[in-house]
Amino acid sequence: MNEAAVNTTMNANDELALSRKRRVRARRIALRVLEIGTPIAALAAWWFGSQNSQNPFFPSLREILIEFRKLWLFDKFGSDVIPSIVNFSIAYIIACVVGIALGILLALVWPPHAMLDPVLQFIRSIPAVALLPIFVALFGFGNGVRVFAIALSALFPVLISTVDGARGTEPLLLETARVYRLTPWERLRWVYLPAASPQIFSGAVVSLQVAFIVMITSEMLGSAHGIGALTMLAQKSFDAKGMWAGILLLGILGYLVNLLFTLVQNRVLSWYRGAQQSESAE
Amino acid sequence: MADSQLIIDHLSKSYATRTGSVQVIADLTFDVKAGEVVSIVGPSGIGKTTLLKCPTGLQPMTSGSAKINGREIEGPPPEMALVFQEYTRSLMPWLNVEKNVRLPLRHMHLPKDEAEQRIHSALDSVGMHNASEKYPWQLSGGMQQRVAIARALAFRPDVLIMDEPFASVDAQTRFELEDLCLQIRDSLGMTIVIVTHDIDEAVYLSNRVVVLGQKPAIVTSILDIDLPVPRDQITTRSRADFAQTRTSILELIKNGKQ
Repeated sequence: MNEAAVNTTMNANDELALSRKRRVRARRIALRVLEIGTPIAALAAWWFGSQNSQNPFFPSLREILIEFRKLWLFDKFGSDVIPSIVNFSIAYIIACVVGIALGILLALVWPPHAMLDPVLQFIRSIPAVALLPIFVALFGFGNGVRVFAIALSALFPVLISTVDGARGTEPLLLETARVYRLTPWERLRWVYLPAASPQIFSGAVVSLQVAFIVMITSEMLGSAHGIGALTMLAQKSFDAKGMWAGILLLGILGYLVNLLFTLVQNRVLSWYRGAQQSESAE
Repeated sequence: MADSQLIIDHLSKSYATRTGSVQVIADLTFDVKAGEVVSIVGPSGIGKTTLLKCPTGLQPMTSGSAKINGREIEGPPPEMALVFQEYTRSLMPWLNVEKNVRLPLRHMHLPKDEAEQRIHSALDSVGMHNASEKYPWQLSGGMQQRVAIARALAFRPDVLIMDEPFASVDAQTRFELEDLCLQIRDSLGMTIVIVTHDIDEAVYLSNRVVVLGQKPAIVTSILDIDLPVPRDQITTRSRADFAQTRTSILELIKNGKQ
C-alpha cells in the first residue's frame, strides 16, 4: 500500500468512527428529549383537554394550578406541608436506622433468627395502613403517634432486606477479614454493611414508598393539619380544585423524594453498579 | 528443627458429615524455615486447600499441632498473611485498591507516615502504584492478584501463605507473579508457603517441595530443590536438573495416587 492509500483507509476509518459517535450522540439527545418532552406533552394534553371542562369533579388544569398556588405557595406551606415533610423525614430516618441496626443484629448476633423470623414475616404481611386505626384507637391522634405509625410500617422492608444482605456476605471476604484480624467493628463497617448495602437500598426504597403512603393516610384519619388532611377535607367539602391541588402536590413531593433517594443511592452504590457492569461485560 | 518458623506436627483433619466423619488429612508433618519458599503439591482433590485452613487458624485441626515462631496456632496468627486463589472474591469490591491494602492496617494504629509508606511500597513492589484509585473490578485478574499480594505485603507478615495464587491468571502474568514472589522473599526476607497444582511452578519457586499423596492425605516425600539462585524463567526452566526434578515429583504424585 502506498502512502496515499494508507491515508484514505485511515480517513475512511475516522469517518466511520465519527459517524458512529454522531449516531450515539443523536440517540442520547433523542432519549433526553423524550424524557423531558413526554411529561410536558402530558401536561399540555391535560391543560387543553380540560380547558372548557364543566364537570365539577374534573376542573380545568388552569383552575387547579391557580388553587395550587393559592394553597401551597405559600399560604398553607408552613402550617401543612412542612409538618407533613418533617413527620415523614423523621419517621423514615428512624425506620432506616432501627431497621439496619436491628437487621444486622438479627443476622449476626442473635442466633435464634428462626424464632423471630415467623413473627417478622407475620407483622410484615399486615398492610401498614391497616394498623393505623389500632394506633389511633390506642394512642389517639397525636403527632407522635403518626410518626410512630410511619416509622413502624416503614421498618420492615429495610429490616428484612438488611438481614438477607448481611447473611449473604461472601464467605471468602469474611475469611479475609479473619486472616487480617479485623476487629468486630471493622468487620461491620468495612465488610458486612457495604456487602449488604445493595440489598439495604432495595429494601429502603420500598420503605420509602410505604412511609409516604402511611404519612398521607395517617393525616387523612382524623388530623387537622397536613397535606393528607387538607386534601381529604377538600374532597369532603366538594372542593374538587383543592383536592386536585393536593393530589398534584403529593405527586410532586413523591417525585422529588424518589429523586433524592436515587441520587444518594447512585453515590453510595457506585461501586456496585460498576462491578455489575464489568461482570456482565465479561 | 530449632530454626523452623512454621512447624506442622502430625496434623489431621476430619469433617463431620451426615454419613459419619470423613477424614481429609490423615497425617502431615513438615516444617518451614525462616526465609524459605516451600511448595506443597499433590494430586487434585487431595485437600490442599483444607490443609491451609488449619495452620492459618481458619479452621480447627482434629489432632496434631501447628506452631508459628514456637507458639501454638489457635486463631489466625498476627505474623501470618494469606493470599487466596479466588482473587476476584477476596478483595472488597466497595474499596479502591489503596483502601483494600489499608484495611488490614487500620487496627494496628500505625503512625500515619508509616502506614502510608507501607501501602506505597507494597503497591510499588507489585507494580500497582499507578492504580491506587482504581476499584478491583476495573482491573484484570492478574492485577487483582497483585493487589491481594500487596495487601499481604503491607501487613508485613513473617510467613506468607498462598493458596494456588496463580491458578487462574494467564501464563505470562503467572511468570511475572512467580518472579515477584522470589523478589519479595529476597528483599523482605519473608517465608513463603505455596500450595499449587503446577509442578513446574513448585520446582521453580521452592527451596523445598512437600509432596502429598494417598487419600486421606499424608506427606509422601519432601524434596530439596538445589537449583542455583537467582532463578530465571528461561535459564532455570531449561536446565537438565529442572526437568529431572520435575519428572521425579510427577512420578511421586502418580505413585502416591495408587
